[in-house]
Amino acid sequence: MTAAKRAKAAPINQRAFDLLSLTLAVVLGVHSPHLPWWLSAVLALILGWRWWQRRQRIGRVPRWLKLPLLALLTLGIIAWYGSLFGRAPGTALAVGLLILKLLETETARDTRVGIGFACFALMAALLFDQGLVATIVVALGLLPALATLRALEPAQAPATLQRALLPSLSLLAAALPLTLFAFLLIPRLSSPLWGAPSSDQAVTGLSDSMAPGNFTDLLLDDRPALRVTFDGAPPPPNLRYFRAYVMWNYDGRSWHHRRADLGRTQAPIEVDQSIGYQISLEPTQQHILPTLDIPLEAPAHTQLQPDRELRADKRVDSPISYALHSALRYRLQPTLDAPARQLGLELPAGFNPRTHALAREWRARYGNDDAAIVRAGLSLFHDGGFRYTLSPAPLGRNSVDDFLFSTHEGFCEHYSSAFTVLMRAAGIPARVVTGYQGGYWNKLGNYLLIRNSDAHAWSEVWLAGRGWVRTDPTAAVRPERASMGAAAAAGDQLSWYRTGWLQSARNHWDIVNRWWDQGVVGFNALRQRSLLTPFGIRDTDTRLLSILLVITSLVFMLVGLAWALLRRETRDPLRAALRHLERKLAQRGIVRRRGEGPQHYLSRAARALPTQRAELTRLMNDYLKLRYAHSEPPAEPLHAFQRAVRDFHAAHVVK
Amino acid sequence: MHGLLQSIQRVAEHRLPSLTRYRQPESLPIQLHRRRIYIVPTGFGIAFSVLLLVMLTGALNYANNAALLLTCLLGAASAASMLMTFRSLNGLRLDQIRAHHAIAGQPLQVTLTLASTRARSAIRLDLDHDSTAFTASADVATDVTLTVPTLQRGWQPLPRVRLWSTWPLGLFRAWSWLHPDVSVLVWPQPELAGPPPRGLAEAAHHMRLHQGDELAALRDYRAGDPQRHIAWKASASHDRLLVKDFEQPRDRPQWQLDWRQLTDMDKESRISRLARWLGEAQAQRRSYSLWLPDNSIPNGSGSQHYAHCMSALAELP
Repeated sequence: MTAAKRAKAAPINQRAFDLLSLTLAVVLGVHSPHLPWWLSAVLALILGWRWWQRRQRIGRVPRWLKLPLLALLTLGIIAWYGSLFGRAPGTALAVGLLILKLLETETARDTRVGIGFACFALMAALLFDQGLVATIVVALGLLPALATLRALEPAQAPATLQRALLPSLSLLAAALPLTLFAFLLIPRLSSPLWGAPSSDQAVTGLSDSMAPGNFTDLLLDDRPALRVTFDGAPPPPNLRYFRAYVMWNYDGRSWHHRRADLGRTQAPIEVDQSIGYQISLEPTQQHILPTLDIPLEAPAHTQLQPDRELRADKRVDSPISYALHSALRYRLQPTLDAPARQLGLELPAGFNPRTHALAREWRARYGNDDAAIVRAGLSLFHDGGFRYTLSPAPLGRNSVDDFLFSTHEGFCEHYSSAFTVLMRAAGIPARVVTGYQGGYWNKLGNYLLIRNSDAHAWSEVWLAGRGWVRTDPTAAVRPERASMGAAAAAGDQLSWYRTGWLQSARNHWDIVNRWWDQGVVGFNALRQRSLLTPFGIRDTDTRLLSILLVITSLVFMLVGLAWALLRRETRDPLRAALRHLERKLAQRGIVRRRGEGPQHYLSRAARALPTQRAELTRLMNDYLKLRYAHSEPPAEPLHAFQRAVRDFHAAHVVK
Repeated sequence: MHGLLQSIQRVAEHRLPSLTRYRQPESLPIQLHRRRIYIVPTGFGIAFSVLLLVMLTGALNYANNAALLLTCLLGAASAASMLMTFRSLNGLRLDQIRAHHAIAGQPLQVTLTLASTRARSAIRLDLDHDSTAFTASADVATDVTLTVPTLQRGWQPLPRVRLWSTWPLGLFRAWSWLHPDVSVLVWPQPELAGPPPRGLAEAAHHMRLHQGDELAALRDYRAGDPQRHIAWKASASHDRLLVKDFEQPRDRPQWQLDWRQLTDMDKESRISRLARWLGEAQAQRRSYSLWLPDNSIPNGSGSQHYAHCMSALAELP
């Protein structure tokens, strides 16, 4: 096997190396969104340099260059992440090692190791983003990987680089049906074998406090936050308020959500009108689940908090969906007990003197008419020269005073905060509520898409006899905010891709994402168990799934084998006709010998059957003419020959 | 890993002789079909399946369906590649084998002609220790030339031929043993040095015109001259037809090589001496005849004559 060993140690050809480099470039590309930028840049440089270097001269990169690079990579990752373990540093290290592996890749064996590793790295990219586009890009990354393996085989017809990728595409396409069945049938784990990775990635989303500037990131992030389907018609746009956090505590700068440690009873509610709906929530890494206005009951594994917020028992680390009912017209907590009232009026001492003065002036002017004070507050925002902007001027220590009396610009965060402070100063219990408002109604999919940028903050004021009443001061400044959504309110302050037709196209495209999220990403153990419900099998357990998987694999294997065994014999009707004649003659004992030509054979037959000599001689001449006078036998004489063979009946041999 | 596979294969061949190794010699053409093509994963294939299992476990554990989909896709593609590996050999036909000439001890070139109804890539052919890779095009005969070592003169049965392929991804290895019923003739090895042949015919020192290989002169046409000897181009510029006259330079004596002259030697030495004389006669462009116990080859010259004489020597019992 010296020849085989020699072949193993021989350097790979340029095509294989090019394809390997392309594969690694794709791996680097799909990982670059979550790698530190300097690492991506350095690795891309190393990759490009090595590719150029091997074009100049075949050979490994010397060790004195490789080892320092390896040390630098490790140190750099430790310096950046603080550790080598965990999902992000581990992936960064894997991608780095893979690129460095290219430096010493010369033989077929090195290349195969690299490709195996690259396939693994491609899969690892999906741990960070399993969206539809990401998955397709990663799957396309398999094309150069498979093409590299092909290029390692010796003796092939030459092809261009683009054409070298095509066979891999058809291989993947042929593998697709089996892939889909395997995907459906591979039994899912109901609980992980070992600890699922604690996601160390920060997720933008609502949080349990509202500090100045918290919302800015959120309003600029237009990834989907939740999708809602309604039983029946959706509520009108101005009622699409999704509550998440109710915030009571104000320290002069930021608002805080109150923990449910007070042991209070749930706020009572009188319902006028309610609606049923279902929410699919993207991971928030929080416990609180947004609900449409005031939820009436808690779904499984969740609890209703005293302020009628919905809290999940487990942190939302993966997409979940839940169904519930909410009140649209209601009276929430018609009577407010003294401690709650006290809390709803609490303001830190020594802040915002001008605001307090204004509130006292209103109280003096309107007497006991709380509703009139609320109206006065709203009209202040509406007529006071306030401007809606996502980049307001910074505020000082007395932030509400600065906002109300000097800067006059801000967004929902500022308006709701200032309004609530104003109301509390005037002696009306008030609180800040954060959540989402608006959304895009997808007609095709009949669902409401709410993005992170639809995050919103508003106030709830308590009025005697009416309970907690939602008051949206931002809507007073920008009525479009409530009726048309965040994008309309922001005007021209958004980046180019969030305006106009492109945003509309992105909204329409979201239906595909939703389908992917529901059909593929959300296909969990629970959904798998009800896979065969349409066929009357309620519970598809692991055993049944395994059996189905084996059967499906066998069926596909048989189909594949049938294809592999299929011999495309070139149809030759003339030859078939001659065979027919041979069979007829063989019955009379005149068997064509090995290596006997048709002329010799038929002459022999003519001698053996003297009574049919003329007929056989004519058949022989016809055959020879058809076979040798033309490159392709013409149709008419061929049919005549076939007829003659069919009509031929060999007489008994005269011995 | 490769060594382990090799030894497993060796054990299998030993244990399952009817399947693999001791297939009876068979006559050409030999067509490969499913009953004689074997397929096992390569070392890389096994390592790759382990990798797929790791990926599968990871995807299931993290409940990451996109990763699971990718793993399934890769697994299904690998399974499909197994069928392609099988298909790259299935239906291939070995039509004929031609052997070139070689003397004992030197490698002998053997050309195998293979036919295929469709294009195939990266098929490898092993013959003894020689190995080569080739592509086959649809409906065109493919010639593959390899060398086999030779030891002694005479008919030498061709060793088994192995056709194998790891196309397309190198994950599986399909192979088939062919044992064509073909022998190749190995010429005897000439001795290194020795005396020239005795009793040579009297040397003729003049040039004699006669039919030979080399053009000597042009002369006038005489009735009865063969038409193909007419020099048409030269005749066109003359008023008469000119005929090419050929000659065999006979500056060297004709050799009559005779088995009976070599009396005091054993058989193989006689053969190798005759082989040397034949080689020298051929190199000196003499004409020569050869007498052997059961075969007498009349006087002649040229490479065909040489091959004829050497083959007669090689075939001696």
